[in-house]
Amino acid sequence: MAGQVFAYIRHHDGKAEDSALELVNAAKKIAGGAAVTAIVAGSGIDSLCAEMAASYKDVWKLDNSALAYPNAEVIRKALVNILPANAVVLVPHDTFGMDLSPGLSIKMGSPFVADIVDVEADGDVLKIVRQEYSGQAHTHVECNMSAGAVINVRPGVFQPDESKSAGGSVTDKSAAVGDLTCGRKYLEVVAAEAGDVDITKSDVLVSIGRGIEEEDNIPIAQELADAMGAVVSCSRPIVDAKWLEKARQVGTSGQTVKPKVYMAMGISGSFQHLGGIKGNPFIVAVNKNPKAPIFQVADVGVEANILEFMPSLTEAIKAL
Amino acid sequence: MEILVCVKRVPDTAENEITVRKDGKDIVRDDLVYSVNEWDNYAVEEAIQIVEDKGGSVTVVTVGDGDSEEVLRREMAMGADNGILLKDDAFVGSDGKGIATVLKGVVQKGKYDLILCGAQADDGAGQVGGMLAALLDVPYASLVNSVKVIDDKKLKVGREIEGGNQEMNEITLPCVLSIQTGINEPRYVGIRGIRKVASVEIPVLGASDLGLDAGAVGKAGAKVKLVDYFVPELGAGAEMLEGSTEEITEKLIELLKAKGGLK
Ligand SMILES: Cc1cc2nc3c(=O)[nH]c(=O)nc-3n(C[C@H](O)[C@H](O)[C@H](O)COP(=O)(O)OP(=O)(O)OC[C@H]3O[C@@H](n4cnc5c(N)ncnc54)[C@H](O)[C@@H]3O)c2cc1C
Ligand SMILES: Nc1ncnc2c1ncn2[C@@H]1O[C@H](COP(=O)(O)O)[C@@H](O)[C@H]1O
Repeated sequence: MAGQVFAYIRHHDGKAEDSALELVNAAKKIAGGAAVTAIVAGSGIDSLCAEMAASYKDVWKLDNSALAYPNAEVIRKALVNILPANAVVLVPHDTFGMDLSPGLSIKMGSPFVADIVDVEADGDVLKIVRQEYSGQAHTHVECNMSAGAVINVRPGVFQPDESKSAGGSVTDKSAAVGDLTCGRKYLEVVAAEAGDVDITKSDVLVSIGRGIEEEDNIPIAQELADAMGAVVSCSRPIVDAKWLEKARQVGTSGQTVKPKVYMAMGISGSFQHLGGIKGNPFIVAVNKNPKAPIFQVADVGVEANILEFMPSLTEAIKAL
Repeated sequence: MEILVCVKRVPDTAENEITVRKDGKDIVRDDLVYSVNEWDNYAVEEAIQIVEDKGGSVTVVTVGDGDSEEVLRREMAMGADNGILLKDDAFVGSDGKGIATVLKGVVQKGKYDLILCGAQADDGAGQVGGMLAALLDVPYASLVNSVKVIDDKKLKVGREIEGGNQEMNEITLPCVLSIQTGINEPRYVGIRGIRKVASVEIPVLGASDLGLDAGAVGKAGAKVKLVDYFVPELGAGAEMLEGSTEEITEKLIELLKAKGGLK
């Protein structure tokens, strides 16, 4: 028999992140009808716990000043101390989940599956869907959860459960967190620097990815953007290569944008990139690989070399 | 500072169209272009920069097959001092924990102050570094985008978190860090550099050399099993515009006008 199912709640300034309600639906697929327990760790979290009890049957509160900032090394220790040995733990696959979960699975002695996009339980066997090779191939993976499991769930793939009908209660587990000393001390968060343009303010973005191939090709995108009255944004590799400044990066580790029109030029469509595009814009994707994942989320697609297509489009717009 | 960097040879997703084999057992591997995992290249560069600044040595290690040696040589051409290939039939089919267990074996045979991994590799799991740290019982930080050596006991590391913000931490050595892209600018490796290290001996170690129980790694030890690769039933997806470039741009301009994409 699989153990109790837990969902780790990420929160920020007293507010639960979107993943908190997405995990309700992910957990249902594993727990069936059994109750799911939310874990809320932090400091001064009573109202958040009460709020989570609307969506989870049981909420375990871990309130401790040492948990005020979510240092995964500290939280892992607390979790190992409070969780039953065969716990099935769901965590969002974000910068915290990536930090916490691999080590948690080792300490719990349970299997770990990262970044899942779907799951089904067949008795004690979890049947999981993942993506590999930057989303170019899908896989089925299996693991037995009878001795517990740690599962990192991709943010945004499960619908949030907004029903708030759990009528749950809060259990204070703060006294059981145990010794929290560890070798990594959180110091501070340094805020991202502002750039010369604010891509979040633009209704139309011409966004370039690794398909731009060379720094010298960036003017091709800029000319298209100028013709459209748009702003140039980009995916991460362009910033890593220092071809554009960080403030132009769209994605989970960059900016969240809400344009009306998003032109994805030579961008494969990784979930971290798509995670920064909100508000359901009209997405145009141009890519030379017809199987690029971006074509699954785009409204219209063109299979083409952007280095040839963008200049043609620029000319055609200028000729209007 | 003695630094071990874990590297993996992976199909280059920017260079290849990945397709699934008919039997679903694997992807089609003929004609794939392989390279060192992008994240690992940044990790090796970071290690080299630390050693250039503070002294010590950089060792690169991989769990792989005979072909994997080429990525070790590439990273040695970049400036890593030593390479170790961990190769054994018993390692084949390892899950993340299996790889981490093999790597733990090699860590314990040496004396390393710092172990670097990439934030993630081709399967996008991002698991090996965190597992290795937990198996070794040393501190871990993932998604590291800055490293500053404070003294021989401590580092100050920045972690990339959401929204481009950076979380600063102090971490005690020895520790494991997983490195995020963009932390540095990996140096260029030319043909000459590769030639220089072409004949350097790279030791190959197997399960017994590492004192590993073959049943704890490889397929035998794997708790997470890959069942198959598949092509999902895709939804409608994008409306693909077809025709000549003129026809496509004309259609696209109409759509852009309708959606507010042209001013
Ligand atoms: C924790 C974490 C956070 C991350 N945060 C972000 C983030 O905020 N933003 C982000 O973007 N990424 C982020 N990433 C990286 C992300 O996983 C991908 O690696 C990245 O988005 C890929 O960028 P890309 O699509 O430009 O490159 P690739 O995936 O290499 O895709 C390039 C595409 O261009 C196409 N192409 C190549 N040449 C041409 C041409 N001439 N014409 C047309 N098409 C061409 C190729 O077919 C391919 O589809 C993050 C990763 C991690 C681990
Ligand atoms: N076979 C391997 N050999 C050496 N290091 C590896 C191997 N697989 C993964 N790693 C390391 O673990 C990191 C994360 O990979 P993964 O957990 O597979 O996403 C990689 O960037 C490497 O540093």
